[in-house]
Amino acid sequence: MSSNELQGYKKTLNSPYTGIKGWIDSRLPLIRMMEAEYLKFPVPKSLNYFWSFGGIAMFCLIGLILTGIFLGFHYKPSADDAFDSVERIMRDVSFGWLIRYLHANLVSFFFIATFIHIFRALYFGSYKAPRELVYIFGLTMFMLMMATAFLGYTLPWGQMSYWGATVITNLFSAIPVVGDAILTLLLGDFTVGDSAVNRFYVLHWLLAFAIVGLVVFHVITLHMTGSNNPTGTEPQSWDETVSFHPYVTIKDLNATIFFFIILAFILFYYPNILGHSDNYIKANPMVTPAHIVPEWYFLPFYAILRAIPDKLGGVIAMFSSILALGLLPWLDTSKVRSCLFRPIWRYCVLLFAVNFLVLMYVGGKPAEGLYVLISRIGTAYWFLFIFVLAPLVGFLETPRQPLTITNYLQSKKA
Amino acid sequence: MSDSKKPRRDFIKLSAMTLGGVGAASLLIPFISSMNPGKDTLALASTEIDLSPLEEGQSLTVIWRGKPVFIKHRTKSEIDSARNISLEELPDAEEDSARVQKDNWLVVLGVCTHLGCVPLGQKASDTKGDYGGWFCPCHGSHYDTSGRIRKGPAPTNLPVPPYVFLTDNRIKIG
Amino acid sequence: MRKALLAIFLLFSFNLYGAGAKIDIPKYDWSWKGFFGTYDRASAQRGLKVYREVCAGCHSMNYLSYRNLADLGFSEDHIKAIAAEHLVLDGPNDEGEMFERDGIPSDQFVNPYLNENAARAANNGAYPPDLSLIVKARPKGADYIKALLLGYVDPPENMKVPKGQHYNKFMAGNLIAMTSPLSDGLVDYDDGTESTMDQMTTDVTTFLAWAAEPSLEDRKRMGLKVILFLLVLFVLAYISKQQIWRNIKH
Repeated sequence: MSSNELQGYKKTLNSPYTGIKGWIDSRLPLIRMMEAEYLKFPVPKSLNYFWSFGGIAMFCLIGLILTGIFLGFHYKPSADDAFDSVERIMRDVSFGWLIRYLHANLVSFFFIATFIHIFRALYFGSYKAPRELVYIFGLTMFMLMMATAFLGYTLPWGQMSYWGATVITNLFSAIPVVGDAILTLLLGDFTVGDSAVNRFYVLHWLLAFAIVGLVVFHVITLHMTGSNNPTGTEPQSWDETVSFHPYVTIKDLNATIFFFIILAFILFYYPNILGHSDNYIKANPMVTPAHIVPEWYFLPFYAILRAIPDKLGGVIAMFSSILALGLLPWLDTSKVRSCLFRPIWRYCVLLFAVNFLVLMYVGGKPAEGLYVLISRIGTAYWFLFIFVLAPLVGFLETPRQPLTITNYLQSKKA
Repeated sequence: MSDSKKPRRDFIKLSAMTLGGVGAASLLIPFISSMNPGKDTLALASTEIDLSPLEEGQSLTVIWRGKPVFIKHRTKSEIDSARNISLEELPDAEEDSARVQKDNWLVVLGVCTHLGCVPLGQKASDTKGDYGGWFCPCHGSHYDTSGRIRKGPAPTNLPVPPYVFLTDNRIKIG
Repeated sequence: MRKALLAIFLLFSFNLYGAGAKIDIPKYDWSWKGFFGTYDRASAQRGLKVYREVCAGCHSMNYLSYRNLADLGFSEDHIKAIAAEHLVLDGPNDEGEMFERDGIPSDQFVNPYLNENAARAANNGAYPPDLSLIVKARPKGADYIKALLLGYVDPPENMKVPKGQHYNKFMAGNLIAMTSPLSDGLVDYDDGTESTMDQMTTDVTTFLAWAAEPSLEDRKRMGLKVILFLLVLFVLAYISKQQIWRNIKH
């Protein structure tokens, strides 16, 4: 046994633990992995609270799945029963109102956390090499989130559910020649109806768990490189890092509790403020609400859709606005990651964030007059930012010399 | 200095962890509680039945909590056959008089105590088993005219649901 | 930074949907507003009477059952009596016929019409909406309902009101198919309260608000506890964090 050629390969079987822990770990090296990746994992000690939003988003996802399972025990996916079964949850199921309001509001807070998380990635250059795949998996999750949220919003089968579903699924009819046939195939009917709500329900579940799967890839890729940090420079020594536990766990926990206090305030005192009153009217295929608006987190993309005066063009612009963000790691030509040291790009990113909020605002307004103009300017800046500013600014600007983590922390003290 | 502070630090962390644990545990209460029957289901947990159309010898099946309840208007001979046996013959000894409120009305849950099938014997054409009551076709349990198990794998008698006579021929189950 | 973002976000969301409406709905005081708000039971009970004697002629409340009235402080016998005043279509019986019977507490509020088509036929083609969720189904909710009930005034001189329509200054487009349903003294309150327009509209709106969101009181009570709990937990977690990070130079 002492020395043969397989020894080096097989030595992973030797667990560092003894007893039952060792027995399990030598067969399933999960304990070892968890310790390496979550207890002792080195994290730059210069992280600020922007870095807590990944963890917060994870807690939101767990909460959504938990509440989703218990809602699923009572919800009936059919055009006749859906609305009534939701009202039954609100009125007759014990704590049903709590579980449903939690589910509905957690989505909004999931998006808030994710928007801030993405902003952090842009501002501190977390998308740049070697973290491109972390970023790509993140954007993929974001798109799945939007699909899942859209599908979920149709399930209560109120007026906004129904007409939102009608309008969004009709995007497919923009595809030349086969659009209508594809739409009919997807809906299993000629309109959004009984068969649509049934499959939307199945897909809502499926995509939710697809997101969980992608979280795993997001984390695996992240742990290959380790976290970025405000300086954008990699830690030079163990001194510049702290272990994930307890330092980062307690910090993220703090941020999470704070975030959930705000959630609790909305949940318990204004549970419907982020929703739309029309969705408390049962779906009526014969009457369209006067003013259809998607949920707030879709509004920036809705604004882009409406900014283009052509049906197919609008749809393409909307989808490519997110897809194009995925090219940023390769379009950004700068050698410096963090905006702290990039005098011009910094303002481009901040303007991008403001632009996002402006698009969100005009997306909720009727598509007329000044609002259309603003949404066009906003859409133009979105693509300008990715395709022109990212490559150009990298060449034009002279970044400051990035500080090391130690120097950065000292300069912050001073 | 740092030594003297150690107990306080542990105390804070310990209470934070305890409080967090209590919070997480109490979060489970609404979730688990939501799995119980809803208020609408509980509101239907009682059923009122008019017995007047039921002739002697006839049976009626009503639904209570989603399960069949057998109501049998027993004949004199059926009452006698339920009473004239010694308790020692019974696998689950119980007096007939303890199972009825009025001698000619038997109310039992129509669910076989073996594995939950609905026994035959309600319709005139049904086989009523060896003891003139009910017969479960799933695994061959025989019940007598008091709904007591007499032969077969079922361990106990058909249970009597809670009910009250509102008037002479009107009962409320549940 | 995060707080600023959230504030911006909240600011946006408040204005998001209300925009575009040119009609200003007045604000009223409601017993259930605020952190400790509860429904005024006496008012809601009077509101039920207004609903049953006036609104129920045309408007259904499908998501309410008579048993729910226990929440408003009605006794079990009283609820049974209320339910029994209504005829419920049940069946089919053993002969396959539908039959009518007295209502019982577990019945849903009886619908004034058999179906939507019957409702439209009886109301010049207009469909009186179900009222169980009306307070949540309208922007500005309770304020809007009360304002609408008080909003029947003479139309401006240059405006022609079509037949079957009525002028209401708070309705979108100012035209509504419903005639002014209430007038001073229309309902004879059991508790001797004077049934002025203001009183009746407040009462019926309170009743409708309760019907739309019966869990509001539980929700607010639980919210207070949860937020207090989280605040304490936050303080403890924050102190723990400071202590854990004390030895790290950062």
